[in-house]
Amino acid sequence: MKRTIRRRATNLSRRRFLVGSAVAGGGLALGFRVPFGIEAAAAQGAAAGPEVNAWVVVKPDSTCVIRIARSEMGQGTLTGLAQLVAEELECDWNKVATESPTPGESLARKRVWGEMGTGGSRGIRTSEDYVRRGGAAARMMLLQAAANEWKVSVGELMVSDGVITHAASRRATTYGKVAAAAAKLPPPDPASIKLKDPKDWKIAGKPVKRLDTAPKLDGSLVYAIDVKLPGMQCAAIKACPVFGGKLVSFNESKIAGRPGFPRAVKVNDSTVAVVADTWWRAKSALDALPIVWNEGPGAAQSSATIAEHLKEGLTAPGAYAARSEGNALKAIEGAAKKVEAVYGTPFLAHATMEPMNCTARISADRAEVWVATQNGEASQASLSEETGLPLDRCEVYKHVLGGGFGRRGGAQDFVRQAAAIAKQFPGVPIKMIWSREEDMTHDFYRPISQCRLTAGIDDAGKLVGMHVRVSGQSINAFNNSPLAKDGRDDRQLQGYYEKPGDAQLGYTFPNLLIEYAMRNTHVPVGPWRGVNTNQNAVYMECFIDEVAKAAGADPVEFRRALMQKHPKHLAVLDAAAAKADWGKPLPAGVHRGVAQFMGYGSYSAAVAEVSVGKDGKVKVHRMVLALNCGHAVNPDQIAAQVEGSVAYGLSAALYGECTVENGRIAERNFDAYEIMRLAEMPKVETVIVPTYDFWGGVGEPTICVVAPAVLNAIFAATGKPVRSLPLKNQRIVQSAKA
Amino acid sequence: MATLNINGRVREVEAESDTPLLWVIREQVGLTGTKYGCGVAQCGACSVHINGEVQRSCAIPVGTLKATDRIVTIEGLSANSSHPVQKAWLALDVPQCGYCQSGQIMAAVALLGKNPQPSDKDIDDAMTNICRCGTYQRVRAAVHLAAGTRTAEVGRTTSEA
Repeated sequence: MKRTIRRRATNLSRRRFLVGSAVAGGGLALGFRVPFGIEAAAAQGAAAGPEVNAWVVVKPDSTCVIRIARSEMGQGTLTGLAQLVAEELECDWNKVATESPTPGESLARKRVWGEMGTGGSRGIRTSEDYVRRGGAAARMMLLQAAANEWKVSVGELMVSDGVITHAASRRATTYGKVAAAAAKLPPPDPASIKLKDPKDWKIAGKPVKRLDTAPKLDGSLVYAIDVKLPGMQCAAIKACPVFGGKLVSFNESKIAGRPGFPRAVKVNDSTVAVVADTWWRAKSALDALPIVWNEGPGAAQSSATIAEHLKEGLTAPGAYAARSEGNALKAIEGAAKKVEAVYGTPFLAHATMEPMNCTARISADRAEVWVATQNGEASQASLSEETGLPLDRCEVYKHVLGGGFGRRGGAQDFVRQAAAIAKQFPGVPIKMIWSREEDMTHDFYRPISQCRLTAGIDDAGKLVGMHVRVSGQSINAFNNSPLAKDGRDDRQLQGYYEKPGDAQLGYTFPNLLIEYAMRNTHVPVGPWRGVNTNQNAVYMECFIDEVAKAAGADPVEFRRALMQKHPKHLAVLDAAAAKADWGKPLPAGVHRGVAQFMGYGSYSAAVAEVSVGKDGKVKVHRMVLALNCGHAVNPDQIAAQVEGSVAYGLSAALYGECTVENGRIAERNFDAYEIMRLAEMPKVETVIVPTYDFWGGVGEPTICVVAPAVLNAIFAATGKPVRSLPLKNQRIVQSAKA
Repeated sequence: MATLNINGRVREVEAESDTPLLWVIREQVGLTGTKYGCGVAQCGACSVHINGEVQRSCAIPVGTLKATDRIVTIEGLSANSSHPVQKAWLALDVPQCGYCQSGQIMAAVALLGKNPQPSDKDIDDAMTNICRCGTYQRVRAAVHLAAGTRTAEVGRTTSEA
């Protein structure tokens, strides 16, 4: 937006972007973006200040407004990134506010804030260096301004909490006072910027409170679904229930005369919408609208046909051999004992609490959307494509997401739809909201897969060979990515990699064969928090327990023997086992299970304590999770992510399943797609074991160890492995001795 | 037309009698702190108080309400987030995305109104709202903190390597 780019020139424009510290509850100054059209809320905004550099604006009272380019969806990245900037800036943490540049501003300033995409647990680990440099450069400029004013060498100055002092002359000033002069200085030579040793951190690395909590406690935070604009109309939407089906016709005359002046419009070749003065009236009219679909060939598909398709891939020739070390098939063939199992995991919906929605206003020469997005630049690109307007005519106002989990990243279907509707009402803001039923049945689902694992053990109980064959759908193939060419899609084998640093398998097998058989379906798929580590950890970690049992070994000791060449994986396993008192007695009927895995550059392990009731009901009492994410920017928010990952992973393990009937998803709301509630939440203990020699992710890595740790505890309780999820479909029988 | 008492203010709203209270609160009245999550009284994001009882407003047709029914939304809970439940939520940084938290807070306030010293079992039974971020552990701790039955617990340890 032009007025933001020229923000130094006018104080007035700044007021549109900041809501000051009047927000209830906290002692902290809280700044967050206020979208256009909510001028009343912005009127209480704070005064402007000079922009020292792209990352830092300093107000006269020394409040530092830190720019955050990544999206906040609950994962705490906003606070973590602000901590990293503030650490180098040496400002007063109690006077920090944040604001988010728009994709339009980023484009106009040649992407000065770097990547906006927020997924793959990258928010901090792939921006930590440049945001810290941004904070350090601003500090150097502020100090230089003071040195210039006092005509002393900058090396003689000290700074703490935004107060600059010159000991020799006993002078002191503040960031607020020198900011205007600092903003006129040239930025320092990048080579002269020296970042702090993390061991000296005072703000980063500490469990400071989140900056964005207060407006989430009184209903004042404006999510995208809450946007109000002058003259706004609302849209409800319905896409063909069968994936790949088409819209044939609809009969608008049947909704004429209903309240709210509803109008039915074609959105695209598979989707229809009704626009009215309120969303409820639009939705009611849409429910009453006769629609004819051509459901297409997908209507013949069901969960049973898809399961057969995947099963064929478990043994079919021509699979992609991603890892072949030694001769696993021969080693297993000649082994004293052979273990074999077939596992399976279902399609899953993201089910963010805030359903998909987007508000669009489109005129002949400008397009704007107000949206919850994990990737503002992808939203902007989608808006440009849908409207035919160049990027610099398209603006995106990012709102805090009511959940993302991968659903609001690359796809941007909601932006395209809202734009397609709004194009038909030039200049009129259209707020499109999906019903929960639409959200549940038109997701980009976690891909379905099956896995056949075979292992051989020698007479001494040592594993001699491992063969893993994953058969299932490919996200890359759905996205037409060249990474899925000829079925050679490594992403579907996430967590089984040989290469270190990202999602490396923590075991060394003397003979190993890992294969992928791509078996795609008509169901749209996409990344679901943790992506393929979730399924692959269940397969590997549960099977390892089966092999350990066949070898007569303790599950932790059996793993340790295979992990000696992977010390970081091993240290995390050991940390979880120690904290969970592995091997020590438990109350009668309670059993432990363990799992470890790597994803998103971080190492995770979990121990679950589980009991199985006489009725077969599984109760998870306690979970200990250990995580090495390298540097730990905010330990309390890391713990919050770990706790949340237990709920997300456990909910999927207990209940999560999207089934296909007549080509469509059968589970249409939370009554059928059940979500774990508070009563089932185990006590979670988070053990953070940072080694301070790398930057790993936090939002996703720990989910994948939750389900296998619980399944392994059930295996310990019942003696029978659980090989298919969710648990609600399994008959769990209490062991006689349990 | 309906006459509603929301947060102590009586308002005339223009809505069909079968319109769910949730949508009247959000669209006609313009208070958006009460959220839409499912529309079928499953998730609790739309929780409000009606005459002191927590209710899922997405499943209450506005025509079934009387002008004397006292409706309280998150915006009317307290001035300046001063309710002990809101303070406990802030102290423990309960929210992640925050979308379900209006409903969680309204459910917790209703629980403590009836049962000022709830046990874990009482909390299990009363707090049935869905949170997809998985803040349940902190919700439980914050209810205890607000009730004064337990001090804040941090289930976290950081080891120096």
